[in-house]
Formats: sequence, structure tokens, C-alpha cells
Amino acid sequence: MFALGLIGLLVRRNLLFILMAIEVMLNAAGLAFVSAGARWGQADGQVMFLFILTVAAAEVAVGLALLLRLYHRFHSLDVDAASEMRG
Amino acid sequence: MEAIFYIAAIVAVLATVLTVTRLNPVHALLYLTVSLLAVAVVFYTLGAPFMAALEVVIYAGAIMVLFVFVVMLLNLGRHTVDLERSWLSPGAFVGPAILAAILVGEVSYLLARSGTLTPPVAEVGPHQVALALYGPYLLGVELASFLLLGALVGAYHVGSRRAQGRTTVGSRSDRTGLASGGDLVRTGADRPSGAA
Repeated sequence: MFALGLIGLLVRRNLLFILMAIEVMLNAAGLAFVSAGARWGQADGQVMFLFILTVAAAEVAVGLALLLRLYHRFHSLDVDAASEMRG
Repeated sequence: MEAIFYIAAIVAVLATVLTVTRLNPVHALLYLTVSLLAVAVVFYTLGAPFMAALEVVIYAGAIMVLFVFVVMLLNLGRHTVDLERSWLSPGAFVGPAILAAILVGEVSYLLARSGTLTPPVAEVGPHQVALALYGPYLLGVELASFLLLGALVGAYHVGSRRAQGRTTVGSRSDRTGLASGGDLVRTGADRPSGAA
């Protein structure tokens, strides 16, 4: 699932899909933590999943705010439209 | 119990593939929600019921609501109604509905057989998680609260109207040519000419 999210991040050029792919990647990392914690019977994996959940929530809030700004600025969600930053 | 784990994992991978490959943002959101619910079932079968509940409540609830809100906020135009009608056609619900029906069947089977099924791994309950979270990981909890506060302030600042008006003054020439037909799924072909 992490590989799928990475492929989605690399292939798509729509910012909304890139944010969704980042969600998939964070979720896959959390799944790996929880399954590792279940394998060794420790609670640390679930604690790490809680932190990943926090990071995902913060990331999606800031990312969607940036997406709204990008849309108001360029009337497009194409990330290539925002590549005019010069040095 | 192991069969339920494998079925939920297959549903999760399938829904994720369909999420990444959809061209339509609303369809992709539907499949992403199904994927998160499938991962919640996987968490439950892995002996982490508290994490499964958090996955449903926070990921499939709050974060997906944010995504749907932004998608619906973005295209305010005359052709929005037609666009939404085409997005939410009954055919779009068939795939996610089938995958979600598989998950509902699994959960109802788990509920009907509760107590008789033993998880393949030892269950790590919320009690142990809470003890670990507020014991050795207390500093991490504080840092997470800092992160959430920073995200709150940052999202408010980035999304506020005042900052918007200040920075879009210089880009008025870009906007006039693009004012008609701003579309959510515009591809790279007709991007603004000054952006190349």
C-alpha cells in the first residue's frame, strides 16, 4: 500500500490526488507500525500509530488550506501551474 | 479470523488501487473511504480494537469530511450542478458499495461470532496503549499537541481572506484570462501561459 501511495504521488499532477496519495502512504506506515506491534505484542506500535494520526490530521489541514490558496490564485489544481517561482 | 484478515487486506489494496487510478476526485474519495474502513477491519483482526475505532472516527470521519468539503468548495460555477450530477451517478456507487458490503459482511460475522473467535495474535488493549502513551512517550504527546496547534494556526493563516488579498494583487493579469471555467480536473495542457 505504501508503494501504491508513492506511485500515486509520482504519477498524478492534481494536487488533490497528491494529498490523497500522501494520506494513503501515512496510513500504510501506520498499518506497518500496528502490525509490527501486534507481532511482538507491544503497545509501542499503536502509540506510534496515534502520532501518525496526529501528523496526518495536521498535514491534511495545512495541505488543504494551501490547495484552496492555489486554486484561488491559478484557478487550477495542476501543480505545474505553481512552478513559476524564480530563484 | 485469518480469512477475515486476508479478505479485508485484499479489499484495502483493491480500493487503494482504484483510488489512485480514478480520474474523478469524488470517485477517488469514495474508494479512499472504503480503503480506510478496510484498514480499520485489518486493525481489529490484528488485535488493536482501539486503533480500529480511531481509524474510523478520525481518518474515515474527520479527514474525509475535510476532503469532501474542499472538493465541494472548489467549484462554484454554473456548470457545477451538471458536474455533480455526472459525478454522483448511480454507477459511481457500485464499486465502493460492493467493497463496503464485503466489509459489512465481515463485521457482522465478527459481531455474531464475538467471543468464540480467538484472534491469531495477542490483543493489545487501550489500557496498555494508554499506559505506554502517558509513560515513556509523554514527551511525544506534548510534541503532538504542539504540532496540532501549529497546524491550526498555519491553516488559519494560509486560508484567511486578508492574506489572500495581499498576495493576489500582483497576479491579476493571470486571473482575468482564466476566470471562465476554472475546473477541478484541469490537466496540464491549458495551464496559464506564464507558468511554464
